[in-house]
Amino acid sequence: MRVTQFAALGAALSLTAMTAQAGTLEDVQARGELNCVVTVGVAGFAAPDENGKWTGFDVDFCRAVAAAVLGDGEKVKFVPTTGKTRFTVLNSGEGDILFRNTTETMSRDADLKLTFLPVNYYDGQGFLIRKELGITSAKDLGGASICIQTGTTTELNLADYFRVNGIDYEPVAIETNEEGITNYSANRCDVYTTDASGLASTRAALDDPSAHMILPEIISKEPLGGAVRNGDDQWADIGLWVVNASIIAEELGVTSANVAEHAAAAGNNPSINRLLGTEGDMGAMIGLDKEWAVRAISAGGNYAESFDRNIGPDTPIGLSRGLNALWTNGGILYAAPIR
Amino acid sequence: MSETALSQPQRNIVSRLWNDKETRSVIIQIIAFAAIFALFFYMIRNAVINLEAIGKDIDFAFLTQPASYDIGQTLIEYTSRSSHFTAMIVGIINTLLIAVFGIFLSTILGFTLGVLRLSKNWLTNKLAYVYIEYTRNVPVLLHILLIHGLIVHALPLPKNALNVGDAAFLTNRGFFLPSPQFEFLFWLVLGLFIIGIIFSLWFRSYAKKIQDSTGKYYPVFWISLGAIVGIPLIAYFILGSPIQWQIPELKGFNYKGGMVVRPEFIALWIALSCYTAAFIGEIVRAGITAVSWGQTEASSAFGINRSRTLSLVVIPQALRIIIPPLTSQYLNITKNSSLAIAIGYMDIVATIGGISLNQTGREMECMTIVLLLYLSFSLLISAFMNWYNKRIKLTER
Amino acid sequence: MNNENTSAMNASIKPDYTVGEHPDLPPPSNTVGTIAWVRENLLSSPANIIMTILSIYFLYKVLPPSLNWMFFDAAYVGEDRNACRAVANGACWAFISERFQLFTYGFYPIEHRWRVDLSFVLLVVAVIPILFDKTPYRKYGLIFAMVFPFIAGWLLTGGLGLAPVPTEKFGGFMLTLVVGITGIAFSLPLGILLALGRQSNLPIIKVFCVSFIEFIRGVPLITLLFVASTMLSYFLPPGTNFDLLLRVLIMVTLFSAGYMAEVIRGGLQAIPKGQFEASDAMGLKYWPSMRLIVLPQALKISIPGIVNTFIGLYKDTTLVIIIGLLDPLGIGRASLSDTKWTGLSNEVYLFVALFFFISCFGMSRYSLYLENKLQTEHRK
Repeated sequence: MRVTQFAALGAALSLTAMTAQAGTLEDVQARGELNCVVTVGVAGFAAPDENGKWTGFDVDFCRAVAAAVLGDGEKVKFVPTTGKTRFTVLNSGEGDILFRNTTETMSRDADLKLTFLPVNYYDGQGFLIRKELGITSAKDLGGASICIQTGTTTELNLADYFRVNGIDYEPVAIETNEEGITNYSANRCDVYTTDASGLASTRAALDDPSAHMILPEIISKEPLGGAVRNGDDQWADIGLWVVNASIIAEELGVTSANVAEHAAAAGNNPSINRLLGTEGDMGAMIGLDKEWAVRAISAGGNYAESFDRNIGPDTPIGLSRGLNALWTNGGILYAAPIR
Repeated sequence: MSETALSQPQRNIVSRLWNDKETRSVIIQIIAFAAIFALFFYMIRNAVINLEAIGKDIDFAFLTQPASYDIGQTLIEYTSRSSHFTAMIVGIINTLLIAVFGIFLSTILGFTLGVLRLSKNWLTNKLAYVYIEYTRNVPVLLHILLIHGLIVHALPLPKNALNVGDAAFLTNRGFFLPSPQFEFLFWLVLGLFIIGIIFSLWFRSYAKKIQDSTGKYYPVFWISLGAIVGIPLIAYFILGSPIQWQIPELKGFNYKGGMVVRPEFIALWIALSCYTAAFIGEIVRAGITAVSWGQTEASSAFGINRSRTLSLVVIPQALRIIIPPLTSQYLNITKNSSLAIAIGYMDIVATIGGISLNQTGREMECMTIVLLLYLSFSLLISAFMNWYNKRIKLTER
Repeated sequence: MNNENTSAMNASIKPDYTVGEHPDLPPPSNTVGTIAWVRENLLSSPANIIMTILSIYFLYKVLPPSLNWMFFDAAYVGEDRNACRAVANGACWAFISERFQLFTYGFYPIEHRWRVDLSFVLLVVAVIPILFDKTPYRKYGLIFAMVFPFIAGWLLTGGLGLAPVPTEKFGGFMLTLVVGITGIAFSLPLGILLALGRQSNLPIIKVFCVSFIEFIRGVPLITLLFVASTMLSYFLPPGTNFDLLLRVLIMVTLFSAGYMAEVIRGGLQAIPKGQFEASDAMGLKYWPSMRLIVLPQALKISIPGIVNTFIGLYKDTTLVIIIGLLDPLGIGRASLSDTKWTGLSNEVYLFVALFFFISCFGMSRYSLYLENKLQTEHRK
């Protein structure tokens, strides 16, 4: 039948066709490209610029993994997804790894069959509102129209929060952050709610950011992190240790500028030596070579560099480190040691 | 199959089998069946392997779990604690609501357009033509987004709502309308209304019987109208208008009380109706022009007046041509209502096929439910229209 | 009437022309000219007069404001929305002109855009011989049209010497054309096969075709697109993974093939039984009789329906935004979230509507032209 001809034609034409009986690592290396699942566009976290080049905090982690695995941080194919499609894209094998402001939850871990990587951003859900409305607390939002991205944990938190506080509201369902901005600026909704980091990025993108404010209430815990599919422990380990390496590099003062120098020869600090492979062969344990972390750090810098470049106080997003400071600086960023 | 490999008698058998029409058809069908079966088996086997690899199963138990999300427009009792199943019902009702309203409005608009297209007035005719061509040649999704954008951007905020007679308020958050509160006596009026309908149904067949046997003609339409609308209306006023209207009031962010029609519903409703009306208009025009002029002339030669010529001669014949394509337009409205998701109207695709799917991660189950629901709607509508089609076909001799 | 009159006149006055060859008199002055036309078409009866007044009132209410908004009060240049508002209070076309490249090519790499242009030129070359049967060298043109989809596929995606361009860079009008043309090119043959299958005497094939067609026609396209984007990979061998655009193309093709099959079935049913019997009597086997006798007639009858299905398919390409492909509508919506331009949704939607109107209206006009042409051939 024609149908099978189509399937055959499809398989032949498809550039990405591949067979993946082996592990994800082998697949990625054989393909020479990492498929990284990101958002369709949240400024500062992952968004294409005018030339279509992806930049952002989450994007840096994608590039770090690509650098560690393939030796080149540019060998990433970004798969933009909405809140609704992200897990199916990952589970169907279309994406290898996900870095997409995704909240780690028990049901996602167990029921959606994901393995979460360490938290790379501690967030919480907040409310963005026009200052002229004179609202100062989320408890005063009774009867408001609230724009909410469907398929996110924020949708569930919102329902819970308003239920607990006995307030009614009108949910306005939207698919992407873009639609959120469009609807909020058109005044279709009084309030836009999502993770506080996303709100900061949205507010920065608005016409007159000073006319809008984020309410003081943070109604949920949103530990955002990367994720991979269940069932490939080696691949999960690679993701886990690339994220950890980025945090540890900040602790140890290793930056994209000085990493080459540190990696040239074993130095005084055994922790740095283990991280950069000048002592021992930690990379082999996760199926990579000795210089995996060197490449990861050179690609996007350590945690602090990436944070400051994409979402830090000097960017339009203007987020402060807060909870996301190192544990030594009063934050809760605390990576397991490489040892 | 090379010829040398086979001895003469064998080839004869093969070619005989192949050239025999009966056998050949059996062979072809066995091959086709095997191929289709193999394809299905292969796909299902793949699905089982794939699901096993990531440790998922197929399980509809999630339908009883709390949905945990809120829905903007619910016609039945629904809170975030209700189950996914209830959320699905809400979605189904919302889809049916838009389908029924859409079918209603598009039929009225479509017949009007069809008649305008036949109008002798050049200007009206051309206006209808321009409207139909514009609407038909632009994607319906674009109409939906355009109208949604118009409502959201052009209508005022609740604070400066467009006030219609101090009862209805038009805002970009929706149209706030007074909602009726029925008193006890109202049910009496409703009862009269129902009796009126039953009476008219009976009266129609009675009048037909009388007309068939004696030729005496009763003005069935006017008598029915009086029974269905007139008497209940009189009763309504005699009983002292037993409906209280609850007027919406501006409280806080939005209007409270009364009922609200959300912009998403309005945009979808108007866009779908206007879009489909253009197609229906063309169908109606084609149907009426297809009834030959001779029929009208013959009818007037019998001395039947113009309006009865239309209602007894032209329209019944035109309807027979109009109904089948009209059915597929009604089906299209129902299916196109799934575009609701583009503007966040909570229909089937957005509830069970959207949020529930995503929050539970059960793609297989949810998509199966959605596909089955749409299939059954389509089958129901076409079954009904086929029945109706058959019924009016019986008049053909 | 006329003859009697002339003969009556002949009797009394000597004619200054040959009898029976009086030149035609001009029609009565009240049946020609603008005034008569107006009287006939606009003011023939009270109802007609009311319609005319209503129409004029409608035009008066709608036309001037729309024209003002669209053209006379519109801003054609400007940095952002506020710049537009500063010079004019109508439409802000500066937005469209700034994003025009994006609307046309999507994110297709700038240095490779000549490949899109070339494919478009080739498309025109391929389509002309199909549309007009008087094209010179039509035979070769048709052969070229058959291979065109593959040439275009190669040009656009790359490979074999061209730098590969991943399909997620496709966008804008180019994406619409890719999806639309592929769907049109492949759904017709598939639809013909399905229609023949549905009419077939072989019960199993018939049942399969009927259930396939009814399934496709019973569900909305976007649910099928969702299936393509979420579920399809579960049904493929583990690890196989093919391009989202390709999956969409397959779904769109299957979808419109279902509708195409019904249109062609209508054509098949309209052919008199005698034609089938005659071709059987000639000793033609199934395929030759279909190819030479039945299908040419059936397709000719179904042309309007086929073109309508094409138009429907072409319009349905906009649905791909729902699964995240950036067709012109998707580009438009994405651009609307740029706060420089936010709130200009009318401009975007009207611009995209214009594009679709031109292409779809063109198609429907062509179908009318073809219908008329084929009809005159019948009358011979």
